[in-house]
Amino acid sequence: MASLVGSRVERKEDKRFLTGKGRYTADINLANQTYAIFVRSPHARASIKKINIDKALKSSGVVSILTGKEIADDKIGGLIAGWAIRSEDGTEMKCPGNPPLAKDNVNFVGDPVAVVIAESLAEAKEAAEKVEVDYKVLKAVTSTADAMNGDTIHEGIDKNLCFDWLLGDRQKVKEAFDKADKVISIDIINNRLIPNAMEPRACVADYNAASEEITLYTTSQNPHLSRLIMSAFGNVAPEHKLRVVAPDVGGGFGSKINVYNEDIVCSWAAKKINRAIKWVAERSESFLTDIHGRDHVTHAELAVTKDGKFLGFKNETIANLGAYARVFGTVTPTYLFGPCATGVYEIPAAYTNVKAVYTNTAPVDAYRGAGRPEATYTIERLVEKASMELGIDKTELRIKNFPTAFPFKQTLVHTVDSGDYVAGMEKAKQMADYKGFEARRKESEAKGKLRGIGVTSYFEACGIAPSAAVMSLGCGVGLWESAEVRFNPTGQVTVYTGSHSHGQSHQTTFAQIAADELGVPIENIDIVHGDTDKGTFGMGTYGSRSLAVGGIAIVNACKKIVEKGKRVTAKMLEANPEDVEFKDGEFIVSKSNKKKTIGEVAFACYLPGVRDEMKSPLPEGDEPGLKETSFYDPSNFSFPAGTHIAEVEIDPETGHVKLEKYTACDDFGRIINPMVVEGQVHGGLAQGIGQALYENAEYDETGQLMTGSYMDYTMPRADNFPEFNIGYTCTHATTNPLGVKGCGEAGAIAAPPTVMNAVIDALGGQEVTMPATAEKVWKACKNLKKSNAKAA
Amino acid sequence: MKDFNYHSAKDSKEASKLASSSSAFLAGGMTTIPSMKLGLATYKDLIDIKNIKKLSGIKVSGKSVTIGAATKHVEVSNSKDVKKAIPSLSSLAEGIGDPQVRNRGTIGGSIANNDPSADYPSACIALNATIHTNERKIEAAKFFKGMFETALKKGELIEAIEFQIPEKSSYQKHPNPASRYAIVGVYVAKHKGDVNVAVTGAKSCVYNDKEMSKALSGNFSSSSIDGMDLDSSEMNADMHASAEFRASLVVTQAKKAVDAC
Ligand SMILES: Cc1cc2nc3c(=O)[nH]c(=O)nc-3n(C[C@H](O)[C@H](O)[C@H](O)COP(=O)(O)OP(=O)(O)OC[C@H]3O[C@@H](n4cnc5c(N)ncnc54)[C@H](O)[C@@H]3O)c2cc1C
Repeated sequence: MASLVGSRVERKEDKRFLTGKGRYTADINLANQTYAIFVRSPHARASIKKINIDKALKSSGVVSILTGKEIADDKIGGLIAGWAIRSEDGTEMKCPGNPPLAKDNVNFVGDPVAVVIAESLAEAKEAAEKVEVDYKVLKAVTSTADAMNGDTIHEGIDKNLCFDWLLGDRQKVKEAFDKADKVISIDIINNRLIPNAMEPRACVADYNAASEEITLYTTSQNPHLSRLIMSAFGNVAPEHKLRVVAPDVGGGFGSKINVYNEDIVCSWAAKKINRAIKWVAERSESFLTDIHGRDHVTHAELAVTKDGKFLGFKNETIANLGAYARVFGTVTPTYLFGPCATGVYEIPAAYTNVKAVYTNTAPVDAYRGAGRPEATYTIERLVEKASMELGIDKTELRIKNFPTAFPFKQTLVHTVDSGDYVAGMEKAKQMADYKGFEARRKESEAKGKLRGIGVTSYFEACGIAPSAAVMSLGCGVGLWESAEVRFNPTGQVTVYTGSHSHGQSHQTTFAQIAADELGVPIENIDIVHGDTDKGTFGMGTYGSRSLAVGGIAIVNACKKIVEKGKRVTAKMLEANPEDVEFKDGEFIVSKSNKKKTIGEVAFACYLPGVRDEMKSPLPEGDEPGLKETSFYDPSNFSFPAGTHIAEVEIDPETGHVKLEKYTACDDFGRIINPMVVEGQVHGGLAQGIGQALYENAEYDETGQLMTGSYMDYTMPRADNFPEFNIGYTCTHATTNPLGVKGCGEAGAIAAPPTVMNAVIDALGGQEVTMPATAEKVWKACKNLKKSNAKAA
Repeated sequence: MKDFNYHSAKDSKEASKLASSSSAFLAGGMTTIPSMKLGLATYKDLIDIKNIKKLSGIKVSGKSVTIGAATKHVEVSNSKDVKKAIPSLSSLAEGIGDPQVRNRGTIGGSIANNDPSADYPSACIALNATIHTNERKIEAAKFFKGMFETALKKGELIEAIEFQIPEKSSYQKHPNPASRYAIVGVYVAKHKGDVNVAVTGAKSCVYNDKEMSKALSGNFSSSSIDGMDLDSSEMNADMHASAEFRASLVVTQAKKAVDAC
């Protein structure tokens, strides 16, 4: 049987998605359901003096109106930060309470203060307009850079500082800088982004008074984790009385990791009113209240010798957490950022210092890449600048500082098991025709245009797991993953995975893996996920962990099935288990060549007896049935890497940046389905290029979101992109049996510095902040013209 | 969205009879429906005009192209006749918004709405258009009064727009990257005798740039407006473009348009 791993198997999920048969949360309608509308703060910062619901209660169709007071009276807990980070001085981070409905204070525009539940959506909206909230408006803090000088937002949190964290050794870095021939320094802003999943957040909560069970259908990337948090911290219901279902989910990008206010409020309220409640976010609510991403202000320095050896690296960053610290809010700018900030280079001394601040803006949390795009942007902008200042070719300078051997003990935390960064660079250069750039630049020049080329070499730590490692760094849970492989008596297989697909194609790739492991046709394998009632537990999908963690759990559970199958076959065919081999779905006794198919074995496991004989096919000690479970906890993260090269052409008269060429050469380890991987790379690139050229979440000084709709928030579109030139090198991960690394975030990590390096190259080294909009680039072109005129 | 009454008018007369101070005509609905959804506008009555036969269709004569008010952007961009007579008008229509918008939005709706960054108003000015309503004919130069303001009276219905076919013309837009409306759009049209340089997006209302028109009427070459330093004091400024940038774009886009003619 040909192996399915490595081939472009068509997506099993596409039939349902392309024929409109997907089942998203908003498609779920329950008998007798009600509709919720949230009353949200129009102010970025205010105290709540009074809420008057009298008029609203009289509005037609209103079932109930609940506020922060009721939720506090019922002792429902608030939203939490999932990682505890300590400051350099050893003190614990400072987190404010974050009640699901604000009671005393609101801290960003969109912070919910009340929920209106009515018989119809229109009635709920109508009534919500009649809820009168009396606010005392306070001065908002909105700027990342100045947050520490603003008014104190949360009582007791001095300077609005959550923590002041250090990774690395300042003294060693100082010594390295003292020895340097040259110091390259840079001030950069990592612009705030809004994830913009195609499907807005939604939830439907139901209560069964007889079983006292709450069922919550929600747009989540990790239903078990949501249940755990809602139960342990939210006090909504004990875990066995709370079922969380995340059906088809239309994109997450990190924005659906969090348990949100609406999940808790609707679950709690459904029990209170003893009816189902449905809530679906409008797009403007998504803009305001989904978690946002990035938002760093960084000063970084690189100490170099004159021939281009890197000696030391400093990174001083202020990270905006927004109004509250959420699930991955505190780890994103620390352990997901600092360790990767030294990039793919041997740098003997380095430190990263991060001051995480609160502001009156939407909470900032993990968004595709989470910390690693910010890290890569920092180091790769610095390296590009170093190449300009040292006059060393940008690719040569990088190669000069690549590690020479693997495992590569990276400066700050990680030991990278495998990779070949030089091979990746060489292949990328070839794919991009790096040599031909100068000729293309001249052609552009002849047309009055400016052309630039930018390079990025990146690595990232993904496959976010090792429980011992992450818990030692402050994570509140272990990040292993589970799988359960169940055979039916007639031979089909159901695989339950604790990871979750919201676009990643688990149904296909995971089935390919199981089909190869078990020798069962892929049509006979179903992948099930997203329901706490169906599998034991799962940690969900983020940090490119589905395959490298969840996929391996499936492999391990399949291997246990095969082991049992060998024992059963041995018993049935009166052989030694050691003499049974398994291949292509058949158990073969090597000595006699007698065989049993895996289907026959499954059948025997469920019907373990024979007519007229007292005989069981099951060896002593084995129980009937064929079902195995694995909880897989890897020994390390996985480390994809690669080199990307971009070319832009700028019209100096209009400042328009045209992305002419984009080459991505990635090392994702073994590739299970090249078509799915291409999809992941394309999506990541679109978001990364979006960050560089188009997207920006902007608040004014009063904390109003200026880019609260698609009329002002520039989502990239297909016609903004050239045909992507995608290629791979492949070194297998040595830390997992499939040799896989993870590909979901790479594009979003590598693209921003790649594109910006190209833009800045075209602009003769002038800094431009992301997104490189027409006006910023136009201004830089004018400066360039002036300085060229002076020089001439 | 608040409840409203829906009417479908069969002719102009019925449509204008149904009109009141709390009604709107419903053409493509691309402006009306979103503003009602967002609570920015409420109407008691929506009067659908798409079924009025007189309002659709494209007619080309030797001197002019006449487009029915309820004609969709996609119909203008796909029309072979328009492409032949005034290619720049067809490419303007092709550059409006996105396919969904082009498949619903209408030329009449666009002009009646007079958004300061809409594309069609510039075509009307540049191509010396005549706006035919159920009551009268209005010259384009007198039609666009100010931001979202036109010469239309309550209940007055645009029936068709008649464009004069120029010798040469081109429309060049620098789009808002998010909405794709014009940050600045310049429609240059060379007629026998004079040149119009209609500018949209730059100020509160579309206008004919007299200075550039004059320069180009003298010498129809981009060099005659190159380096022109326009007064930016009345230009729009928002997060996508400052007044200064807009002023520069007006000249740049005008030059591009002349070069493309
Ligand atoms: C996402 C998006 C992007 C867009 N991008 C662009 C762009 O790039 N460039 C651009 O120019 N436009 C753009 N538009 C606007 C669009 O092209 C339409 O032209 C515009 O929405 C109005 O046309 P409509 O037919 O939809 O009018 P409607 O929304 O139906 O009506 C708008 C107004 O015009 C009045 N009206 C309609 N027809 C008549 C008539 N015959 N006589 C008198 N009054 C009338 C109505 O009473 C109403 O007040 C965009 C719109 C959207 C939603």
